[in-house]
Amino acid sequence: MKSDSSMPVSKGKVVTAVFLKDVQIELRSRVVTNQVLPFAGLVMVMFAFALDNDDVLQRVAGGLVWLATLFSLLIIVQRSFAIDTADGALDSLRVAGIELSAVFFGKAIALAAKLVALEIVLIFSALVLYRVDVNATGVVLLVTCVFCATSGLAFVGTLYGGLTAGAKGRETLLPLLLLPVVAPVLIAATRATEAAFGSGGAQTSEGWAWIGLLAVFAAVFGVGGSLAFGSLIDE
Amino acid sequence: MSQVLQRTSATGTRATKVIGALAILVMVWVVVSGLILTPQDVVQGESVRIMYVHVPSAWIAYLAFIFTAVASASWLISKKHSMGFDRFAGASAEVGVMFMAITLITGSLWGRLTWGEFWQWDPRLTTTAFLFVTYVGYLAVRRLEGSAEQRARRSAVVAMLAVLEIPLVHFSVVLWRSLHQGATVLNPNGDVKMDDLMLFTLFSGVVAFTLVFVWLVLHRQRTMLLVDIANRQGLDAAIAARKTEGSVR
Repeated sequence: MKSDSSMPVSKGKVVTAVFLKDVQIELRSRVVTNQVLPFAGLVMVMFAFALDNDDVLQRVAGGLVWLATLFSLLIIVQRSFAIDTADGALDSLRVAGIELSAVFFGKAIALAAKLVALEIVLIFSALVLYRVDVNATGVVLLVTCVFCATSGLAFVGTLYGGLTAGAKGRETLLPLLLLPVVAPVLIAATRATEAAFGSGGAQTSEGWAWIGLLAVFAAVFGVGGSLAFGSLIDE
Repeated sequence: MSQVLQRTSATGTRATKVIGALAILVMVWVVVSGLILTPQDVVQGESVRIMYVHVPSAWIAYLAFIFTAVASASWLISKKHSMGFDRFAGASAEVGVMFMAITLITGSLWGRLTWGEFWQWDPRLTTTAFLFVTYVGYLAVRRLEGSAEQRARRSAVVAMLAVLEIPLVHFSVVLWRSLHQGATVLNPNGDVKMDDLMLFTLFSGVVAFTLVFVWLVLHRQRTMLLVDIANRQGLDAAIAARKTEGSVR
């Protein structure tokens, strides 16, 4: 990132730089692909052991996909901020005098990219393991749902990850703070996914009402997060 | 600082003593009236008496969380960032969590007697439970290590985020219930015809609990001040000790 010291770096460049940094760390360390993805897959198999009924699994597949996503989200967020705090990267970004809202968006987009990869694997494992079907209109609904839900989860995850970064006992604090906040995403994304899967005789058209809720959630926490993130990590 | 310490070495003042005495008086009346004087309810029987605790504690819990949000916003907006706002926010949230726990416990006991179940996935109940968990999280954030200033900023932002979160949770739960089953036919108090004494007892309960709330918050925020002062003095003492060590050498 070359820049004249008198010229502040543009926000877009910071977003891209932070995003690329996080993605590059993932590409080199392969923590999401080698650890979190297998973990999520394992959770899907464990659900099948626990519920032990093909009809029930088919009925609740949507909910299980999003529950596994939320569990994995906790791990990914913790990992993402553990790297930054361990090397003092967040402190360096702060003293660099760049806009912290840009850091927020950069990290959120990187988190969203990891989540999308995860969700694709989870949805495919639901198709295979739980024998759900999706038709063409269902796919459109599902893709929109994944996009909106992931945006919301990425914003909230980055925000609360930043809050608990560097704090003692963050492993236990993050779930307590994050899970109640993402409850609307779990409800809405699950219902939309069930509509796409046609679980319990649900129609695809029923799912679209939930997409609105997901979009509102993402917008609220996108704006709220970009305003609050700076003061949460600025200490 | 020693002046401040002297001034606040006890958390009671004349005002809090008056409030405390009034709270006890009104509470005694609520207990006597609620348990003995008021009649049974035609439909609910004796279980209606839970209402004299349940409704006021729910009211106080919501009041406390609104108070926390207002105090947190005031801390963020005010230029001086007065720590008083932060202490009031924290004290109010602590008391609010306690009253919300009482609300949930008494509510589920009442539910068991009236509906035959401890819990219903009613939007109001579900949102209340989420509110409870959210503020337990808020209290955990207040306990993170760091200076008083850091604690104030972090917790104020988290309190503001809770204000964003709660309407979204409530709206999503309402939508969830309404799309999945007909609006749950739960109207705990709306269709209950109350006689005057019952209504007056309920009102007295609200007054008594409000007094208890004010009393608790005032004392709690003063103990928080003392803790902050003690922490600062501990640090000052440690620095002075190291300095004298250095000069001896």
